Formats: sequence, C-alpha cells, structure tokens
Amino acid sequence: MENYTANEIMALSAGRLVKNGDILFAGTGLSMLAATVAKRIHAPEAVVFFETGGIDPSLDELPLAVADPRVMVGTSINTSLVDALSLLGHPKFRTIAFLGAAQIDCYGNLNSTLLGTYEHPRQRFPGSGGACDAASMAYGVIIFMQHQRRRFVEKLDYLTSPGWMTGGDSRRQAGFDRGGPIAVVTNLCVMKFDEHTKMMYLDEYYPFTDPGKVASETGFDLDISRARMASPPSESELATLRSGVDPQRLILGPMPTSQAAADKF
Amino acid sequence: MALNRMSAADAVGKYIKDGDQIALGGFTVNRNPMLMIREIIRQKIRDLYLVVHSHGQGMELLIGAGCVKRVELAYGGVARFAPTGHRFKKAFLDKTIEVEDYSNFHMTLRFLAGAMGLPFMATKSGLNTDIVRRSGFSAACRGTDRVPEHKLKVIDDPLDPDGGEVIVLPPLKPDVAILHAQFVGDEGTCRICGLTFADIEQAKAAKTVIVTCEEIIPEDIIRQEPDQNSLPHFMVDAVIVAPFGAHPTACHKFYDYDPVHLNLFKNMAREDDCFADYLNEWVYPFDSQEAYLEKVGIRNLLKIKANSALGYAPGLDRR
Repeated sequence: MENYTANEIMALSAGRLVKNGDILFAGTGLSMLAATVAKRIHAPEAVVFFETGGIDPSLDELPLAVADPRVMVGTSINTSLVDALSLLGHPKFRTIAFLGAAQIDCYGNLNSTLLGTYEHPRQRFPGSGGACDAASMAYGVIIFMQHQRRRFVEKLDYLTSPGWMTGGDSRRQAGFDRGGPIAVVTNLCVMKFDEHTKMMYLDEYYPFTDPGKVASETGFDLDISRARMASPPSESELATLRSGVDPQRLILGPMPTSQAAADKF
Repeated sequence: MALNRMSAADAVGKYIKDGDQIALGGFTVNRNPMLMIREIIRQKIRDLYLVVHSHGQGMELLIGAGCVKRVELAYGGVARFAPTGHRFKKAFLDKTIEVEDYSNFHMTLRFLAGAMGLPFMATKSGLNTDIVRRSGFSAACRGTDRVPEHKLKVIDDPLDPDGGEVIVLPPLKPDVAILHAQFVGDEGTCRICGLTFADIEQAKAAKTVIVTCEEIIPEDIIRQEPDQNSLPHFMVDAVIVAPFGAHPTACHKFYDYDPVHLNLFKNMAREDDCFADYLNEWVYPFDSQEAYLEKVGIRNLLKIKANSALGYAPGLDRR
C-alpha cells in the first residue's frame, strides 16, 4: 500500500516538469496544485496566471475556478480575457499551459467539446474555453488525463485543441510557429512525445502499476520500450503539497487509506 | 447627465424582447448578472440568442427556463460545481437549443471587433481544429436573424506571402449587454473591481447596455480615481441597484460565490422536474431583490460576505 494517492503523484509529477521562471497558464484542479507545488519546491520565480486576467495572484487560498475571486488578490496586475489570452503567445516568454480533456489521441490533440456529431450528439462537454487558445499559442502544454481506453482513442470525435496534429512536422505546417504538448500526466504514468514522429510514448510509470497495465488502458498502440519506473514522491514533497498547498484537500481528495488509518492512532 | 435608474422588471420590459441577441457579463461563477437573469425568466422572454465566452450560472438558468434558442459560446459550465452545465448539456443533446462553438479568445476578439467597428478580427488560434472545420448552427440559419453569414473563414495572410493561414472572425454587436458591476456613479460612470473578463468589450459592442450594481455612489467620488473606472457614464443606458445582485456567483470585494447554493443548484439542475422545482422555489416567487435575499437568508449571506482586505470570504467551506 502506497503512502500517497494518484492525485498526489500526478500533481507532483507535473510540478517536476515546471522550470523556474516559467509563465504558467493554470486551469483549476490538479493544474493549480502542480503550479503551486512547483513554486513552493523548486521554481519560486514561476508565475501563475489565469485566462480570466489574474496575473501572479498570491494564492493564499486555492481557487476552485479560473474566475474565483481568489485569482484577483495579491496579483501583479488584474486584466481581462483579451490581455491574458494574448500573453499566451508572447514570444519572449516560456508560457506553459496545463490542460485536461475528455479525449486525447496519440499526438496529444484534445477533445473537450462533444462525442458523436452536432447532428447526432452522444455526449456534451463544456467546450474549449481557453484550451484551444493555449494549445495553439503557448510555448508548451502539459496535459492531465484519467487513464482509460475510452479517453485515449485512435480518433477524436472532435478536435478542440491542437496537439502535434498528425505528427512529424504537421503542427508547423498547420501554421503554429511554436508550442505543442510536452507531456501527458495520468493517474498511472507520465507520457512524452517522440522527437521525430511526435507520437506519445510511455516515459515513467508510477511504482504501483506497470507498463503492461498502462498499455492495456490506452486505446492506441503505445510505445512502452523506453519506460522507467517513476521515483515515488518524497516525504518533503508530500508535506509541502499536503500542508502548504491544499490543507483542506479541496482538490487532492481523500488521504491515502494507509495514511488515513495511521492518522487515527 | 441624469442616471436612468430603474427596477429590473422595468429594464426587462423596456429593453429586452423575444429573440434579442444578449451578451451576458461575468465568467462561470463570478459577476453573473443574476437579478436581471431571474427577471428575464419571470417575464417569460423567449428565443434569446446568447453570445458569451465562458458561462456560467446565468446561462444555465436561462437555458433551463426555456428562454434560449441559440448560443455562441466557448464554454458552458459552472466550474467545479458543474464542469459541464447540466441544463446546457441536456438542451444541447435534446436539440432544444442550437450551439456554435468558438474559443475564449475567438469570442473575446469578436466582441472587440464589434466594439472597434471592425468587419473582422484575425487570429491563428484554432487553425486546423474542428472549431474551424465544423459548425453547430444549421446552414439554413446563416445570414438570418443576426446569425453571421460565416462562422469564420480561413484565409491566407493578406500582407505576408510567407505568413501562412489566418482565421478571420465576424464581429459581435449584441442587442443588449447585461453586466453586474460593483459601483456606478450617480451619472452613470461604471466601475468593475477585480477582473473585467470581457465585460467592457461586450458593453462597447452592444446597442444597449444594462448595468446592475452593488452600490450607486456620488459621481464626484467615482471620478476621484478615474484610473479605476471601466465605462464612461454616457455608455450606460440603464442602471439597477442590486445588492448581492450576482448571487450565487461572486462579486469581488463584496461577496464570494455561494457553495451551498451552487451545490443545491447542481443537484436540482440534473432532472427536469427538480429543475422546475428550483424555478418555483428560487426564481418565480420574487418580484424584488430584497425578497430573494430574504429567501437566501442572512446566515448564508454573512457566510459569503467578503473580507474587505481580501475581497473574498477567507475560510469559507467550499466543498
């Protein structure tokens, strides 16, 4: 039994991908935790900003929405959508966007709009919001996904946010002069993209799973030949995340069962 | 210049007609103009054409109450309280509304184009996506009823032969923009505190601007810090005083979002009969903001009251 949860290792794994000085386009949920924990541990000069216009808020309390009043406090500047979304594409800055989606394909293209078609819809999701803009304009994108075959699909029902398009040079050909997904962080593993083909491969699997399980939960052929086991979260990483970032466990959710049991005594 | 101050009921009666194209201010759980939205529902306005970026509790209510025919949007949800709005999802799947999808940047640029009087705005965001390739509105409605002739077009960069393709987006010029602000001066100068989202662009693009506000303050006071102001007095057509007018969404410096109410709404919005109960309990009975706030209750209002230094309610139980 691990002394950490999937949400905890996801937040920390994504946080490890952040560099000091990055300009982080955060959504809510795990991306808030990843950005905040990275700032507290190794990237104190990273800046978190929100599409709604809040630039570098103090984040004394975790926002639950990008329009949460907590993103407007202690900021360097409060602006607007047009200003914040323009910042995504600023060529001077390494802007890194955290995104999630309902479906992903092997090139990291994302669907957050619908299943089926407009004529015959089977399911509806909220839509792009700023995700398409971040995927189009940011320097890089880190994607959070729940690892399930129905989400990792051969073909998206709807391409909301551009990843590596059809692989190789196709993203540049489409007209994007930078950007593209850097990694996909799931509840099982961290995946990256091949330098040339731009296809997803398994980079690190968490200690509680194995490459075979990851491949079986992925709906397309996944290269697992380069896979390594991830190092588990350290005690100090967990302590920062739990007591410094989300003490109410608003996003982290329940403590690991072994830990919860230990806390009773 | 005299302030055109009126009740929400009069503002709906005077300015909002069946079929109007309406831009709603705010963003998901923040500064939704909820008093006006409840009044639109009470007066049974129909066939509205909503143009929004990321909405939101207000859009959920209007769609659920059957006021909406068509929506152009980037995002339909109430953040963590309903990542996809239940009423929006149901209306989309049942095809009782027509939906056209854009991105937040697209919608914001379209409002900006309207505000600037431009025929289009260009961006590279979204090239080669299904936002560009597919359309939710029927071909038949294109060019009628204020629906743009084209959702968008992809053209070659007209200036740089090596510039590749760009997307050009049609402007938005809504009939009415409705927004909720913290302060309006008694001659109409409008001040939004915290983030403005796209409210200012929406107001400048619209034919009629209706502002609900927490407080009306003396014009000479609001003009002492003009750097903080959002809209000049002559752009505001009607003002409605609405304390807690964005409840259950937040209003920076005045109150937080109301997690108890948003959770209650989330549960009642799932099924048609429960949602009808919600309207009967929380919308139809109240002909004034005071009566609505009595229903919300002083204990709940005090829980969400903002700390004056922080602008939100610290320690609020938000589960």
